[in-house]
Amino acid sequence: MITFDEVVKVFPGGSAAVDHLSMELPTGKITVFVGPSGCGKTTSLRMINRMITPTSGRVLIDGQDVTAQDEATLRRGIGYVIQHAGLFPHRTVVDNVATVPLLLGSSRREARRAALEVLERVGLPQSFADRYPAQLSGGQQQRVGVARALAADPPVMLMDEPFSAVDPVVRESLQREFLRLQAELGKTIALVTHDIDEAIKLGDVVAVFREGGRLAQFGTPRELLERPADAFVGEFVGRDRGFRSLSFDTADSVPVRPPGDAAEDGAELVLDPAGRPLGWLGPAVGSPATPVPTGGTFSSTDTLRAVTDLAISSPVGIAVRVGPDGAVDGIVRHHDLVDHLASRRGRSGAERTA
Amino acid sequence: MIDYLQRNQELVLEALGEHVVLALLPVLIGIVVSLPLGYLGVRFPRLYQPMVNVCGILYSIPSLALFVILPVVIGTKVLSPVNIVVALSIYTVALLARTVADGLRSVDRTLTDAATAMGYRRIRRLFGVELPLALPVVLAGLRVATVSNISLVSVGALIGVGGLGALFTRGFQLFYAEPIIVGVLLSVLLAGIADLLIVLVQRALTPWARLSAGRV
Ligand SMILES: Nc1ncnc2c1ncn2[C@@H]1O[C@H](COP(=O)(O)OP(=O)(O)OP(=O)(O)O)[C@@H](O)[C@H]1O
Ligand SMILES: [Mg+2]
Repeated sequence: MITFDEVVKVFPGGSAAVDHLSMELPTGKITVFVGPSGCGKTTSLRMINRMITPTSGRVLIDGQDVTAQDEATLRRGIGYVIQHAGLFPHRTVVDNVATVPLLLGSSRREARRAALEVLERVGLPQSFADRYPAQLSGGQQQRVGVARALAADPPVMLMDEPFSAVDPVVRESLQREFLRLQAELGKTIALVTHDIDEAIKLGDVVAVFREGGRLAQFGTPRELLERPADAFVGEFVGRDRGFRSLSFDTADSVPVRPPGDAAEDGAELVLDPAGRPLGWLGPAVGSPATPVPTGGTFSSTDTLRAVTDLAISSPVGIAVRVGPDGAVDGIVRHHDLVDHLASRRGRSGAERTA
Repeated sequence: MIDYLQRNQELVLEALGEHVVLALLPVLIGIVVSLPLGYLGVRFPRLYQPMVNVCGILYSIPSLALFVILPVVIGTKVLSPVNIVVALSIYTVALLARTVADGLRSVDRTLTDAATAMGYRRIRRLFGVELPLALPVVLAGLRVATVSNISLVSVGALIGVGGLGALFTRGFQLFYAEPIIVGVLLSVLLAGIADLLIVLVQRALTPWARLSAGRV
């Protein structure tokens, strides 16, 4: 657990960059610091590994004041990932990753072995080990950056906009892998981003910062979306937060009908011999000669957001559910979905007043 | 000319050897002195500008004047090769101290910062991260210093200290072109070889530098 206890940081000649910050980052979880530019996210992050010293207040890791330890020793136990990776250009990939184990006193061989292992973990083939950072793509560099932070297996990781320098497609895959890794490793992670979508996606808990380095809200992504503390948070989490909060419910709560019911909407779902969907026919799609593709299917483990998106984008307003074998096992009609969403809203409203 | 070389092989080789020592010993001394000086200029930013100014002044003293003044200042014999070594060391330091400082200053702050955040202490960071990253700049300065030292040694001949320059004086005294030509050629050749060697060392030590060029 990382504790901020009434932490204040005033830079010389400036106003407060961080203003009486108190919060607890849970052990083994990802806490995301999010907020507009200049609101003190990086400053707060860097007070954890003493790259910045608080003007007043304390930062504790597992109850121990970070200033109680020698700073270099403290930092070797805290993984650190930055935007653009910050790899050493004069060292090969494997030597970059071996940095902290070497600082901790491992032999060259041990350090390299650990490095190769962790490279594999983050999904980089051995063939990259002897390349220099300049020979990697941005996404690959970022992976090496994460590997470098993990190499000495620190319990705590600090990540400052680790995925913001790559294009959206690469970012998506890096985020997915990051979550997969974290599910295996269970590190205590503080991650800075200015992208609320990233915060919602990656955070177990999210700390929303506002101008002047003050904490606007600290809570789970769901709480943020469904119960923003004030207008600032509501605005910051965005206009389509209602739609985004659908990500927190799984599709298995939606009422599903047999595929034949599509006839009520003037549509017929054509299946292949294995029962997989080929597309829609019938008056609803203008009775074409060949089936119109469904545009996607969902399974019961998908989110309510995925179902809604499918129903909206479907040519006939119907989302198609498939079983594990890919065969159609039901449909969700637009009307049914709207009713379901309405009742869901009633429920979460009741929860709120309860 | 071949004829001259054959007849004076020993003399020429001796001159060449002397030349190499007189030119390269100051380079070594210069490196040893410049590294800490340049580092101080970065570690304590207030020292940087004064250091650059002093280096500039030292570098602008004409070599012949320095050769002549030095014996008075440090109490050596006028004909002592020590004068040459000291004078060239001063030039080398004047050039390299600034180069080292600029090289270290050119290192991306985010990298030194990342190193610190990973748990480097100052000295280890200097040798493990900053100096290696400054190396391309430092070696470029070293090339200039080495080549200029090799040509400056010849000037020493004017005050009667050896090296290939001695061949020039000999030629002038004897109204004889061959020693002069041999002296000039060898001195140019020496400078070329030294330069090439440093380039090779640079390639071996900083294979990454060429990769990074054009990409950040
Ligand atoms: N070394 C410093 N000296 C003076 N002021 C600083 C320093 N570092 C940060 N600040 C100021 O402190 C405030 C918070 O900066 P910080 O870097 O923590 O913001 P941030 O939330 O990380 O912003 P961004 O999203 O743009 O990275 C800003 O107003 C910034 O100008
Ligand atoms: Mg920042």
